[in-house]
Order: sequence, then structure tokens, then C-alpha cells
Amino acid sequence: MSVTSGVLHEEPSIFERGAPGRRGVAVPDAGAAAPAIPERLLRRSAPLLPEVSELETVRHFTRLSRMNYGVDVGLYPLGSCTMKYNPRACEDAAAMAGFADLHPYAPASASQGALEVMWELERALVEISGMSAVTLLPAAGAHGELAGLKVIRKALSARGDARKKVLIPDTAHGTNPASVALNGWQAVEVKSNADGILDPSAVAAAMADDVAGIMITNPNTLGLFEGRIFEVSQVVHAKGGLVYGDGANLNAILGKYRPACLGIDVIQFNLHKTFSTPHGGGGPGSGPVGVAHDLVRFLPVPRVVRGPDGMLSLSDAFPDSIGRVRSFAGQFLVMVRALAYIRGLGPEGLARVAERAVLNANYVRARLAGRLHLPYPGPCMHEAVFSDKVQGKAGVTTMDMAKRLMDKGFHPPTVYFPLIVHGAIMIEPTETEDKQSIDEFVAAMEAIVEEAATAPDGLHAAPSLTPVSRPDEVEAARRPVLAWKPGS
Amino acid sequence: MAVPKDYRYTDSHEWVRIEEDNLVTVGITDYAQEKLGDIVSVELPRLGDEVERGERIGMIDSQKASSEVFAPVSGVIAEVNELLNDDPAVINSDPHEEGWIVRIEVEEIEQIDDLMSADDYEELIGRLDEEDAD
Repeated sequence: MSVTSGVLHEEPSIFERGAPGRRGVAVPDAGAAAPAIPERLLRRSAPLLPEVSELETVRHFTRLSRMNYGVDVGLYPLGSCTMKYNPRACEDAAAMAGFADLHPYAPASASQGALEVMWELERALVEISGMSAVTLLPAAGAHGELAGLKVIRKALSARGDARKKVLIPDTAHGTNPASVALNGWQAVEVKSNADGILDPSAVAAAMADDVAGIMITNPNTLGLFEGRIFEVSQVVHAKGGLVYGDGANLNAILGKYRPACLGIDVIQFNLHKTFSTPHGGGGPGSGPVGVAHDLVRFLPVPRVVRGPDGMLSLSDAFPDSIGRVRSFAGQFLVMVRALAYIRGLGPEGLARVAERAVLNANYVRARLAGRLHLPYPGPCMHEAVFSDKVQGKAGVTTMDMAKRLMDKGFHPPTVYFPLIVHGAIMIEPTETEDKQSIDEFVAAMEAIVEEAATAPDGLHAAPSLTPVSRPDEVEAARRPVLAWKPGS
Repeated sequence: MAVPKDYRYTDSHEWVRIEEDNLVTVGITDYAQEKLGDIVSVELPRLGDEVERGERIGMIDSQKASSEVFAPVSGVIAEVNELLNDDPAVINSDPHEEGWIVRIEVEEIEQIDDLMSADDYEELIGRLDEEDAD
């Protein structure tokens, strides 16, 4: 059983370390060998560099690294993010010289291995999703959403249909309406029913001839399976719209059902979520997009093609394509990791991923159901959503509980999302946590719930064991300071 | 929860105060500012903009959410509260006076009659609070 006790390093910025004149590198005087640099390129004043020794530099970054929290440190229960363990075999694959040292401008003849990776990954995602073809180009999930919406837009305009609205459930991730807006369209909200899922009648009421389609996440952000999704798809298709599936929560259904079977026309995958490529520090992510048969010709370019001689290349020869969405071929090394992951697990392994992910989330749900309020009772999928309704009576908020979790040594779960739950606490353990790990997390939550009932005032000051307690987020938003300056 | 008796209200939580003939001041209510939390920034309309009742005239960003401000009446934007550019928090501290957002020049002052009375608004927020507690 691991225990966290505070080791507080108040680590200033590197500029605030060191002393004038201190150097980490001895730069010899060039003397007569000094290169002739044109006058106009010479600095008038020295650059603002820290004056630190090599040892100070090493200590500074080592201390910062010890403040870091990641999946390699502990359970990271961020709902909707799928913070699963990143297998080292996938890192080994991405580090292979033929991939890692490959120049982006290397000709196809020298990149066959890389192109095979892309070809194989496309086929694997097709198999997993039931879509007809996949592009690996988008660099992140939201980028995939935008690319997918552009595909839909081009498909509609190709048949002379200029629609400008998209239906968005009230549980949707914010990237959905944002992608709609960036596409120049208008988001129209559809409310989920009392069971937390979409009702075909509500969709029918909103669906019209000027609606391009619907963006639907399954399971949704409440961790619930959209049980009426097939009927919803039919309602949308009946009026000429298309169905966009946000694949962020694919972890719950891998190997269990294919999104295409439920009427989804376009889906983005999050390789950094479902397929375990590293994220949590900003990625890089990768958001491949799969489309149904009629939409294949609109996919972005370049696309991986195999010539009659068996050689692979990247081709732009697709006149109906939406065009480029990314430089080069997308996040290639992320693709390597994802393919290694898929190959490492195989079809049976991927199905077990979904089973364990759902089992773990339901275990958390069952253990905490008596302590935290469950707005939607009944089985969940890969994540469980609680609210702070019970603790709220003693004046304790989700924020207070999340901050105290940090003192217990855990990264808090996703909080205050989805918006339709008051003080939402979204817990996604993922399948890579064993029972001991989850039990430790549950024990920490139980202790916090106990504290909320017996000594609530202490929670308002949490956390107390972290280097920084509660930062002034409002001030940071109003007056952000983006770079250190001397004298600050 | 302050609900000034002489103001009128919308169901999107704007308040309206009649200044002199044809000029009204608009802001958001105490209920709204409390729900929004600490306000970080305010997007104001341009002077002289013609607005229709129900049209979006501004945006209020808080830590939690971005919230649209809707014109409660049709008219022309006559004044905007520049103070909000430097100190948006005044909407939190004084939503009904110092935290006013715009002044609109109205052609048909009778539009005010369509707005909610203070009593009706109080009833609305009472009902909303009950729903929240479920």
C-alpha cells in the first residue's frame, strides 16, 4: 500500500536560481577563429538566460519532475480521458530507428515501412468500427471532429443541399459545438431524457430539412449507453441528415459492437485515449476519422494507396476530397504506438479491454453509491458519474472533495462535467487498474466523504500537502501572466 | 436574493430599468451572477448597433461558462458600461446598479409591458431553485 506524505519543494523558476556570472558551460574565447557575423545580426545586449551551474540545472528539472503526476505515478481517474497505462512495448516500437529517424520528406520508396504502418492501422480501425475507410491525418480528437464535419458538409453540398445546423445533445463534450461553430454552422441543443439518454422523439422534434445531422457520443458523457441510438440515426437519416459519432468513449465498446451498425456515418477515434498513446501533458494526440461508404471520396488527402506493384505511397489524386487538414502525414509516431497496441492485444484482447473497463467503472460505482449521490442509478459503462448533492447539504462541494483527493495522493477525476449534473464527478478508472489500486482510491474517497460529514470546514482549505494550494484561478483568467520577467 | 421591485425582467435573467422616455438600462440579475460565479470578462456590443428583442448583444465569461446576454427590447445601443472592461467583477458585487451592461434607446416603449414583473421573476427563480435541488 503506497502512502503519500508531503515532500514540499518550493521550486522557483530557473531564472530565480543561480547567481550573476555563474555558468554551466565553459565557452572558450574564439579569438581569431571567431566567424565573421554581419553587424546587423549582432546582439546589442545579452539575452535573458539563467545563470546557473550544471548541477543547479539538473536539480531544478529533477525536482520539477518529482512534482509530476502521471499514469506512471498513480491512478488517474479523469472521466472521458481514458488515462490507461501506456505499454512500454509501444514506446519500443515508436523508438525504432526506421520510424523515429525517418525524414518527413523521405520519398515513398524509402518509407515503405512507415506507409505499411499507416495502411495496417487504417485497416485495423476499419475492422474495429465497421466504417468503409479511415484517414489518419487529423492530429487530435477535436481536429478529427472538424475534419468529419467538413466531410459531411462537402457530401451535402455535392448533392446540392446547403444545410447549416447540427443537433448536439446537452451531454456533449464542448468540442462538439465548438467544431460545429468553427465549421460555420449552428449548434442546436437536444435535451437528454430523465434516464440520461437521447429520446428519438426529442430528436425528431428538432430534426428538419435544414439540419445537416447530429453529433452523438456513445456511450455518452454520463457513462450511459445511448440505448435508442439506432432509432435516432433513422430519424436523422429519414430527413437527409448524417450521423456523426464522437468516438471518445470507444473504450467501453471495443470489440463488442461496431459503431457503423448503429447508423453512424462518420466517427473520429482518439488514439491517445482508446489506443493508449501517451497523453495528459498535452499529447500529442491523433484523431483518425472513419467514414461510411458514400463519404469515402470526400476524405482528406493525402491518402495511403497501394500501386499495382504493391508499393505504397501518399496520393492527392482524389478530386472530391475536402483537401488537406494537416501538414505531412499526421502524427506518425502516435500511429506506430496505436498499431503496436492493437497488434499486441489482438481482437480478443481488445474485447477484454472493454469488458474490464466497464467492470472497473461499475465496481467504483457500486462501492461509492452509498456515499456519493448517483444521479443516474443503474449500470454504467466505462465511467461513473456522481454529484455533490449529498455533501452539498453540509456546504462541501465537488471542488473541496477533489482538492482533498490530491492530499491523498490521487489526481482528481473530471469535475463539473457534464453540465447537466450538479457538481459532476466523472470517474473513469480504465481497464489497466487492478482491484488493489481501485480499492485504494475508493478508500481515499470514503475518507473524504467521512470528513465531509464530520469535519467539513477543513475541506474548504484543501489541499494542504501540495506545493500550491488553491491558485487564484479567477485572477489568472482575468490577468494572465504568460512569461516570467525580471522584477516580477 | 435581491429582486428590485421597480425593475422588469426576462426569463433569460436580464433586468430592465426605465430611465427616461425611450431609454432603458439593461443588466443581469443577482440570481444570474450567482449562478455564473466569478466573472472573468464581458463582451459588449458596439454603440449604435441596432438590436432586435431576443438577439444576442453580449457575452459574459465566468470560470464555469460563457453566457449570452440577450436584448430584452428592440432598439439602438446608446451606451455601454466601459467599467466592465477593467472590472468585470462589479457585475458580481453590484449586478443591479454599478454592474449595468448597456443602455438601449427604444422606439416603442410599450415593449416593456411584455416583460416580467418582479413578482413573476421571483416566482421563476424560486421554481428553478426547486428543480435544481432535485
